[in-house]
Amino acid sequence: MSITPSTGASDYRKLEESITMAPMERLESPEDTSQELLTLNMGPHHPATHGVLRLLITLDGEIVRDLKPIIGYVHTGIEKTAEDKSYWKVIPVVERMDYLAYYFNAMAFCGATETLLEVEVPKRAQYLRVIHMELNRIMSHLVWLGTSALDLGAMSMFWYCFRDRELVLDLFEQSSGQRMHTRYFQVGGVIEDVPRGWVEKVREFTAQMPSRVDQYKDLLANNEIVLQRLRGVCPLGEPETRALGVTGPLLRATGNPWDLRKAMPYSSYEDFDFKIPVGLDGDNWDRFAVRVAEIYESVKIIDQALDGLPEGPWITEDRKVALPPRHELATSMEALIHHFKLVTEGFRVPPGEVYFPIESPRGELGCFVRSDGSSKPARVHMRDPSFVNLQATAPMTEGSYIADLIATLAMLDPVLGGIDR
Amino acid sequence: MSFARGTPPVPDATGLELLAQELIESDAASVLGTLYFRDKGTLLVNPATIRETLQRLRAMGFGELMSVHGVDYYPEEPRLGVHYELLDMDALDRLTVKLRVPLDAPVVPSVTPDWPTANHQEREIYDMFGVIFEGHPDPRRILMPEDYEGHPQRRDFPIGGEPVQFTIDEAEGRSYTR
Repeated sequence: MSITPSTGASDYRKLEESITMAPMERLESPEDTSQELLTLNMGPHHPATHGVLRLLITLDGEIVRDLKPIIGYVHTGIEKTAEDKSYWKVIPVVERMDYLAYYFNAMAFCGATETLLEVEVPKRAQYLRVIHMELNRIMSHLVWLGTSALDLGAMSMFWYCFRDRELVLDLFEQSSGQRMHTRYFQVGGVIEDVPRGWVEKVREFTAQMPSRVDQYKDLLANNEIVLQRLRGVCPLGEPETRALGVTGPLLRATGNPWDLRKAMPYSSYEDFDFKIPVGLDGDNWDRFAVRVAEIYESVKIIDQALDGLPEGPWITEDRKVALPPRHELATSMEALIHHFKLVTEGFRVPPGEVYFPIESPRGELGCFVRSDGSSKPARVHMRDPSFVNLQATAPMTEGSYIADLIATLAMLDPVLGGIDR
Repeated sequence: MSFARGTPPVPDATGLELLAQELIESDAASVLGTLYFRDKGTLLVNPATIRETLQRLRAMGFGELMSVHGVDYYPEEPRLGVHYELLDMDALDRLTVKLRVPLDAPVVPSVTPDWPTANHQEREIYDMFGVIFEGHPDPRRILMPEDYEGHPQRRDFPIGGEPVQFTIDEAEGRSYTR
């Protein structure tokens, strides 16, 4: 077992180039061919890998015997970049990690920073965060549903889901000006109050969303092909799933109702009444059913948050952390100084280390921030759920057909931007 | 962090000391210190005993290893740190276990045999910080290319200047990566 990785650039290059497209040599006797193992490279550019995931699959005929995920193709060094930016400028960078759950990335980072600063987030901001995060969860699950159905051969689901996703993105655009990577969450609250008419728009959306999901369920859940592709396929038991650190819908599909929104509430999730859908067997069908059921629960949370949306400030009044209101700049010298300090240097954060976990659409998204007392974080690390969940691919799919591997990968819902960061 | 529904953070500062005492009783060299910061307990442990310590904590209820992350404490010594985030799903409690190793001997026993979830995360820390996990079943780089030199998350690793990889450079005898 050698620890040193570097065998020289050219050795590695030769190894990579040794893969040719020449036909494989056939063995003489038919007995031998039945035992032949084939190593197949899948990806990194493959539509069914949901990004640039490369899988090295060892096949025995059509049966998967071994599988190794190879990642790093979209590694962009976001954690390193974050160390070179002041805290409030890190938010847009970390948002781009898991590009389907940008509000969650921002929430994890802001939550960690707020814990270090001991800043109190106003109730209205907490509710606005919950509304946006649950809209984001619906959006993420819709993308998952559309692309997974596409993997199973259901073309039109993709268009339906993306049609509804547009509705969510329109809401994001209205509240923050951006469809994706909105930078809406700030340390201490949210950047702006929601515009007039936004709440009504969200209500329009939540009113129609459950019936839309009903339609999608009717289309898929009673479909013979979908049932055969999902039911009883690639199950993984609760103990194994937990040992692999898998969280989120994948763990809940095995029957373990672990959800950080209930277990360790953050951002006022304890105020809302919602259920945690769980599965029974931990097979692909349960993974599918849990996520679809979660969309209904998210709609319920949004409705409750809109009903109880408190009045008041949407960002902390602490001028050392949050920008002063625009109108004060013309009249108050102090506001001007605070504004100048914040946009030039940023705020300083007391030294310490915190880990702030939240429930993202894919599981526990934890942000570790180490501060050395300056205005830039000394270390930002995201415990991305996709990165950890990906380890479950091999135990799930060993011994199954390669077609089921595609279905399982779809139900795993990995986002490569989050895995590679 | 809000703890509604009457779930205060356990162990609190006192509980953390009791926990540390219990660990010290079974192995005097295991725990080097405790820290209670922002409602959360941290144990600083001896790197050599990390496997046994985590096993004992697992027996005490911390059944889940949620995250492993690497830290570079440059310019402090010992420079490299590894953090283990433990979770007790029944008592709804979290605990951080951390250790520090010097840069010239960055060797930590791997916990992957006990906690399969640590596999990818330990590989990432090796990749980014150069911490060597002894006993890891698959000690390779994970995010950076296999022939990459250096550990980019270290604080003294420069930003920028990453050359574009062209095969023609290698054919003409120039360096392929750096």
